[in-house]
Amino acid sequence: MVSLTINGKTQDFDVPDDMPLLWVIRDVAHLTGTKFGCGLAQCGACTVHLDGAPLRACVTPVGAAAGKAITTIEGLSPDGTHPVQRAWAELDVVQCGYCQSGQIMSAVALIKAKPEPTDADIDAALSGNICRCGTYPRIRAAVHRAATLAKETTR
Amino acid sequence: MNARRDFLKTAALAGGGLVVAFFVPAAARAAQTASAAPVAQTFAPNAFLRIGADDGVTVLLAHSEMGQGIWTALPMLIAEELDADWNKIKVEHAPAAPAYFSTAMPIQFTGGSMSTWTEFDRYRQAGATARALLVQAAAKRFGVKAADCRTENGEVIAGDKRARYGELVDAASKLTPPKTVPLKDAKDWKVIGHPTKRLDTPEKITGRAIFGMDVHFEGLLTALVARSPVFGGTVRGFDATRAKTIPGVRDVVQVPSGVAVIADHYWAAKLGRDALRVDWDLGANANLDSGSLRDDFAKTATSEGAVAAQAGDANAALGKAARRIEAEYAVPYLAHAAMEPLNCTVKIEKDSCEVWTGTQFQTLDQAATAQITGLKPEQVKIHTVFLGGGFGRRATPTSDFVVEAVHVAKAAGKPVKTVWTREDDMRGGYYRPAFVHNVAVGLADDGKPVAWKHTLVGQSILAGTPFQSMIKNGIDAASVEGVADSPYLKEIADYRVDLHSPSTGIPVLWLRSVGHTHTGFVMESLIDELAHAAGKDPLAYRRELLKDHARHLGTLNLAAEKAGWGTPLPQGRARGLAVHESFGSYAAQVAEVSIENDAIRVHRVVCAIDCGIAVNPLSIAAQMESGIVFGISAALYGRLTLKDGRVQESNYHDYRVVRMNQAPAIEVHIVPSTAKSGGVGEVGVPPVAAAIGNALFALTGKRRRELPFATA
Ligand code: FES
Ligand code: FES
Repeated sequence: MVSLTINGKTQDFDVPDDMPLLWVIRDVAHLTGTKFGCGLAQCGACTVHLDGAPLRACVTPVGAAAGKAITTIEGLSPDGTHPVQRAWAELDVVQCGYCQSGQIMSAVALIKAKPEPTDADIDAALSGNICRCGTYPRIRAAVHRAATLAKETTR
Repeated sequence: MNARRDFLKTAALAGGGLVVAFFVPAAARAAQTASAAPVAQTFAPNAFLRIGADDGVTVLLAHSEMGQGIWTALPMLIAEELDADWNKIKVEHAPAAPAYFSTAMPIQFTGGSMSTWTEFDRYRQAGATARALLVQAAAKRFGVKAADCRTENGEVIAGDKRARYGELVDAASKLTPPKTVPLKDAKDWKVIGHPTKRLDTPEKITGRAIFGMDVHFEGLLTALVARSPVFGGTVRGFDATRAKTIPGVRDVVQVPSGVAVIADHYWAAKLGRDALRVDWDLGANANLDSGSLRDDFAKTATSEGAVAAQAGDANAALGKAARRIEAEYAVPYLAHAAMEPLNCTVKIEKDSCEVWTGTQFQTLDQAATAQITGLKPEQVKIHTVFLGGGFGRRATPTSDFVVEAVHVAKAAGKPVKTVWTREDDMRGGYYRPAFVHNVAVGLADDGKPVAWKHTLVGQSILAGTPFQSMIKNGIDAASVEGVADSPYLKEIADYRVDLHSPSTGIPVLWLRSVGHTHTGFVMESLIDELAHAAGKDPLAYRRELLKDHARHLGTLNLAAEKAGWGTPLPQGRARGLAVHESFGSYAAQVAEVSIENDAIRVHRVVCAIDCGIAVNPLSIAAQMESGIVFGISAALYGRLTLKDGRVQESNYHDYRVVRMNQAPAIEVHIVPSTAKSGGVGEVGVPPVAAAIGNALFALTGKRRRELPFATA
């Protein structure tokens, strides 16, 4: 039995300690916004936040997340209006969309750590997130835009 | 002009009839056209839209949204003629039914960059028909003539009288649709041609969008299938003792493609499969080796094959030419590697079967499912969900991933979602076939080509599929498209294009831009070679050769101008150019590259696209960006290898794709055009490898004739 706090809600899950967090989130908690792309920390589709820091849920044993605050794409904002989501909409970033939960979670963490990210910062923070649809140029522009929006929001 | 279009035309005329007869019995059709039948308070004048009393306009997509943006472009066509309120548009994938067969061939499918242009008339007519009925209903209510009514933003207006569409649905549903409706003149378009943001963004940025992988309902189990490590291998026996001890594993069943471990969730199924022991009869392909295949292909390419196109006498003309250039080009097998690994959910009941999956081939999947379950096609309900990328992999003539999932659910006697791991997806076959091109070009004194002999060697995608009859005189058009119909060859009196289509045991399939993935690379690299041999600037040389090909020339000039062709670049950088027609559209690209620490770096790509009428310029730009990045992955890294019959690559660490830090800045310029729309989704791919290769030549003086560049 593992007790997890996902998006502010604490719940017990009858799963082994070493089951990857991703599959508990997706197949047991049925929060399917977090995606499976590789299972090997190669693609970033499964990115969630653990106490605010981005991590790959596919290689994180669920036991390691017990007692910590897990945030998934569903918990980012109640209505899809987090500055990163607004920037994504403004720049028409998504295509198939499968990678985008992970991209957004990585971008949110980046902007939190670096409120004015440079292109080099974006390369460093987002190169672990693959997009086979090739939305990278728009993601880059949207991260810059989100940084601006985030500043306006907190002002 | 375009091999794919010819293929589809032929399909519609010849093989197509067979497809209908075989897959959709007449009796099934009547039953299925009722799929979008009106429900209370809903106006459904045709299969493509419904209008509710709440003013909501629901557009039913006959095609699958896999990133290419038809979730927005097709509704735009309806909204244009309907004068709909754009904010009231909702979109759904249509069920699998004959009403949604393509206008180009009698199956429901998504591919060939055809969705928008093949629906351009049908979706506009659907909107116009609905509008006509709403106007008629309003005229009656207002006591005026229909001609005195106009429509705007979801309302019918006559003088000071107004009615929202939702208020009219009841009356409009009782009217008979007119046989023909006039369509707007292009000059009156308010939606078509205007950059329009995607309608699927809200669900895709909140995690709400449902992909096949996300399908869930009470009682659904998850399966992973152990498949033969060698293509064509079969199960001799298996031992599931340990697998069954894994908590959460419910069942282990044999299916034609292998052994399925069925469990409460993915992780249990994965552990169960790891614990499974299967004794394989590896069959005939255990010695396959992509390296020796490549050598065999190269040897074969020195002999003549089936003629795909010819004029005059290429051999004689080559003998007489002032100079001769010979080259061998090669490209490897490629995996689609879409972000969402394959999966399919199946629920079989006594008189029905439901399938949830991201597919590009609804009609074939439905027919295949019917065959396995013993049901009629109309008893099989296909729920198309969002595709986490398709690129052709979800359009298998064999319906491989659907067929397997149906077998698993049937064997389990329970609803099951069959999920592929990334490794399964990578090693599951259906690759872009490897090709070798052997080319000899004769040049005249002025440096222009006067003789061209071009032999291609690579597997046919159609061979052995239900589409086999489309192979004519030994030519699968998809193998030679982009060479056989090249604008450069049309200007030469003596040429010959021929083809060998060996069988290898490796399953092959169309991958985004199909034959053009390699022919665009080969042709545009060769033209660059010829330009340099002639001592001419590659742009000037192309301009001369293409002087009678206005649309090639238009994109070429636009891309060159916007890229600053000929202007100085920073030290260590060079530009390369390419232009290629595919799917009824034309794309030219200029790539700027450098080599940093032995790694090829693409800094910038400028793209010009002429796709005729540009329905949604915003999504056209997005598709060019997407195609360019996809093409760079193939150009720099993409290579699938086999050794001892086993695929060597497994996941994104050894099958590399472009990441953020390798993605160039991309600029897209659309050539204004009133010509019939062409394709978009695949058109950005073909030129980019050549543009990069040509830039590398300009940078290093070394010609690269084999993909991928980074490891060649
Ligand atoms: S699924 Fe976790 S990084 Fe790819
Ligand atoms: S949007 Fe399709 S993988 Fe990124």
